[in-house]
Amino acid sequence: MTTQSTTAQPYLVVEDLKVRFTTEDGVVRAVDGVSFELPRGRTLGIVGESGSGKSVTSMAVMGLHARGKRTEIAGKILVNGKNIVTMTDEETRKMRGNDMAMVFQDPLSALHPFYTIGRQITTAYKVHHPRASKEDARKRAIEMLDRVGIPEPHRRVDQYPHEFSGGMRQRAMIAMALVNNPALLIADEPTTALDVTVQAQILDLLTDLQKEFNSAIIMITHDLGVISQIADEVLVMYAGRVAEHGSIEQVMRSAQHPYAWGLLESIPSLHGDPEEDLKPIKGNPPSLINVPSGCAFHPRCPYRMMNPGPCDLEVPQLLAISQPGHSVACHLPEDRRVAIYTNEVSEVGVAQ
Amino acid sequence: MIITQPSASPLEQASVAPLLTVSGLTKHFTVRSGLLGTAAKVRAVDGVSFDVRPGETVGLVGESGCGKTTTGRMLVGLLDPTAGKITYQGQDVTHRRSKKVRQDVQIIFQDPYSSLNPRHTVGKIISMPLLVNGVNPPGGVKKRVQELLELVGLNPEHYNRFPHEFSGGQRQRIGIARALALRPKLIIADEPVSALDVSIQAQVINLLRDLQREMGLAFVFIAHDLSIVRHFCQRIGVMYLGKLVEIGSREQIYGQPAHPYTKALLSAVPDASRIGQSAGRIRLEGDVPTPLNPPSGCRFRTRCWKAQDVCAVQEPPLTLKNNGAFAACHFPEEGVLIPQAA
Amino acid sequence: MLRFIIKRVLAALLTLVAIDVITFVMFFAIPSSPAEANCGKNCTPETIARVNHYLGVDRPFMVQFAEFNRGIFLGRDVDGGRVLNGKPVIDHCHIPCLGYSFKTQEQVTDVIGRALPVTTSIVIGAAVLWLVTGVGLGVYSALHRGKFGDKFAIGVSLVGTSMPVYFFALLLLSIFVFSTGLLPYPQYTSIATNPAKWALALILPWIALTFVQAAGYARYSRSQMLETLSEDYIRTARAIGLPARTVHLRHALRAAITPVITLFGLDLGAFLGGVAITETIFGMHGMGWASVQAASDLNLPVIMATVLIASVFVVIMNVIVDVLYAFIDPRVKLS
Repeated sequence: MTTQSTTAQPYLVVEDLKVRFTTEDGVVRAVDGVSFELPRGRTLGIVGESGSGKSVTSMAVMGLHARGKRTEIAGKILVNGKNIVTMTDEETRKMRGNDMAMVFQDPLSALHPFYTIGRQITTAYKVHHPRASKEDARKRAIEMLDRVGIPEPHRRVDQYPHEFSGGMRQRAMIAMALVNNPALLIADEPTTALDVTVQAQILDLLTDLQKEFNSAIIMITHDLGVISQIADEVLVMYAGRVAEHGSIEQVMRSAQHPYAWGLLESIPSLHGDPEEDLKPIKGNPPSLINVPSGCAFHPRCPYRMMNPGPCDLEVPQLLAISQPGHSVACHLPEDRRVAIYTNEVSEVGVAQ
Repeated sequence: MIITQPSASPLEQASVAPLLTVSGLTKHFTVRSGLLGTAAKVRAVDGVSFDVRPGETVGLVGESGCGKTTTGRMLVGLLDPTAGKITYQGQDVTHRRSKKVRQDVQIIFQDPYSSLNPRHTVGKIISMPLLVNGVNPPGGVKKRVQELLELVGLNPEHYNRFPHEFSGGQRQRIGIARALALRPKLIIADEPVSALDVSIQAQVINLLRDLQREMGLAFVFIAHDLSIVRHFCQRIGVMYLGKLVEIGSREQIYGQPAHPYTKALLSAVPDASRIGQSAGRIRLEGDVPTPLNPPSGCRFRTRCWKAQDVCAVQEPPLTLKNNGAFAACHFPEEGVLIPQAA
Repeated sequence: MLRFIIKRVLAALLTLVAIDVITFVMFFAIPSSPAEANCGKNCTPETIARVNHYLGVDRPFMVQFAEFNRGIFLGRDVDGGRVLNGKPVIDHCHIPCLGYSFKTQEQVTDVIGRALPVTTSIVIGAAVLWLVTGVGLGVYSALHRGKFGDKFAIGVSLVGTSMPVYFFALLLLSIFVFSTGLLPYPQYTSIATNPAKWALALILPWIALTFVQAAGYARYSRSQMLETLSEDYIRTARAIGLPARTVHLRHALRAAITPVITLFGLDLGAFLGGVAITETIFGMHGMGWASVQAASDLNLPVIMATVLIASVFVVIMNVIVDVLYAFIDPRVKLS
């Protein structure tokens, strides 16, 4: 049970988080110095491509990486003031599902095929309420199923995941995540596996639930449309680092990082001239074992400054710009970035 | 009677002879359970009709279970239709197709990982259609393969590499090169970019658009992403539970859809150029019903906010609606509903 | 559920009928004369004819087949052509009549009745042991992947899978019986007569079978467990805050063990038909031993009986596995 109720102090603080995996091919710098804060009642969208480190970050916040010789985690993750990174496994386990919970991409594979939906939800409840009776736990499960919009929860509670449709399964997954009233909910691509009409329902549900429970939500997705609909602020990640961080308005309407521009320009829109060519980002996302020197995006960046440097030599710091709450990790001077955005980017793709 | 009646099917409105005509295309799969189990029928595709003109890009959109992929597979001859007819350049190719037709109609698959044989070099993968069909291009097979590699934006020197040495986007280019090897006239692209990262999707879409323009290729582009389809296709067919519910031009479908489902589908797309929850969106209830037991009458009626008694009894035919598109609905939408940016 | 079980049982019965027909046809088609093989040195054509008549092999195929099956379900009277005190002796072959052994003239059912308990004692005991050790080792390995314990277990199971059972069995005999004399040479005693002697005699066959079988089970359950541990629902189980023990032993093991149980059922069915090598080496006169003997004697009724019984075990275990699977995995369609 969380006692924290103020929104003044951020519920989640991530400071200079680094996650490294040692593999046979080399060291994977999956997350390399990520910092952000998130108060209750707000939604942070983390956008990035595969290998950007967005999922690894969320797993680290959940304390789900098995620490050992092969996995190294550094930095700070404060959940409700308690540092996940330095905690024992048992301490993080007690917080998991209770203070912070997670919803995954594919609800069919994320639910155990052999147990009923009800049993899985009651299990999640009873872990953190060991004194709750079977009847209480079941009542709670039915209540949660009802709350997430599953019709006939009394009947559905005894069904198995394969008897649910895709959308209903994701609702059940959300019910399971929220059964202990966690203050922080991490949703990792929760609608990617769903049909678009069902996706809309789930996004609406998450928004409603957030209002009701005043939870902090991290929404991980590659879909800028989903981010625009649900997030208050956005973290754009590239190759394990934060490229840009700001409010949804700031990132979607006056993006400052060339990678963010690339995303905005390359996504086809439902508006504008369909005959116009998209502007793709050239090249491929880098391997995290062999991250390009300096700014990891520089090999793909049309605006890079080289010979001499700094883009290929120095890792750009994530610095606040004149707009409060907006920060960017890019060597380009701010006035130049503003000019590029206004003249080139804002006319193309979804940015318009 | 001298009544100028709008043609009953959307097939006959073109002045140019269609390249491919599909009429009443149907595919039912039989699922049997157990030794003595009763057979159940999955009506994956149920009487779909449309045509593709030379050089035209036709999109097929819809949610899971709508039958768009099954339709695509029947168009290339990978699946045998249960009923209906496919005509290619006036020739019936429903169940059997000549070598020439097989060469003319090619497919690009969704998954660039499983659709390329990991033990074959890129050269072998791309030259396979040439060898199988006994085509000997001028200058030899290798030269043709290298031309194709260059055409899809890959290094012709990479002829001898294996698929695992390429990224997802590059693999999809290899798949495209293979589809182009026999100089086809029609390409069925089944979700060609949905497995790719967002920044790579645009590269592949642009490539396909360039190829389409330069080579005058016709496309049937199957996708669930409505923004990509809008960007690529001139004409779009919307499918729901095995039925084509609406087919019309890009402007008609995206600007003033006639079918409530089309409208709801567009309304549900999270639009990156609109921030926050916009009011007045249509929210459909529930999920798509199972094609094992589709609703009677209009299949969309169980989720439709306009449904009335007639919808359960009578299946609406695909007829010309006010927006100029053909839609299958008893109570179509009227007028401009979704504002198009200038 | 009931419908499902009935359907499976019906299918199994059909399979059994097919096996019955096929085995009978196969043995009928064998061009051999058991009468000649069994009538001894002073063999005259009359003797052979009399024996053939007694064995029933001089009648048409369909008649023999009908007779054979009637015997199984109803028992039958056999006119052996013997005469005692001026009256022909009619032997009654009781249900389930599988005929008479060519060799010993006793009812095949009696032969089987002696052999079957021996085999079931060996196999069931060993099966419990190999399932527990195999799965235990496999799960332990999977949970300690890459560590010393895992590598050691993999090494041991590699030896187990690559070692033929006759070699290991002989090794056991030479160590425990011939060299050290720690154990007496195995001599089967019924469990009803003396449970301690029964177990003592069976220890070595059990160990032999367990070592060889457990190795395979360890490898299989290790790979199943590893695959399950990487499933999304295991991540979910951890994400809701379940302790590692519960995640491993309740969520992962339950899913991982299902295919292992299937394998176990099928193995058990196959083994109950006889473990010829193990039985022979340890001097146990079980089903495997009996069928080997019968084969070398061309003792057709006994061969038929052992084949039929082995098939019955396989079919029954298949049904049990299917039904069990439906209980374990709710995704199995019951209709």
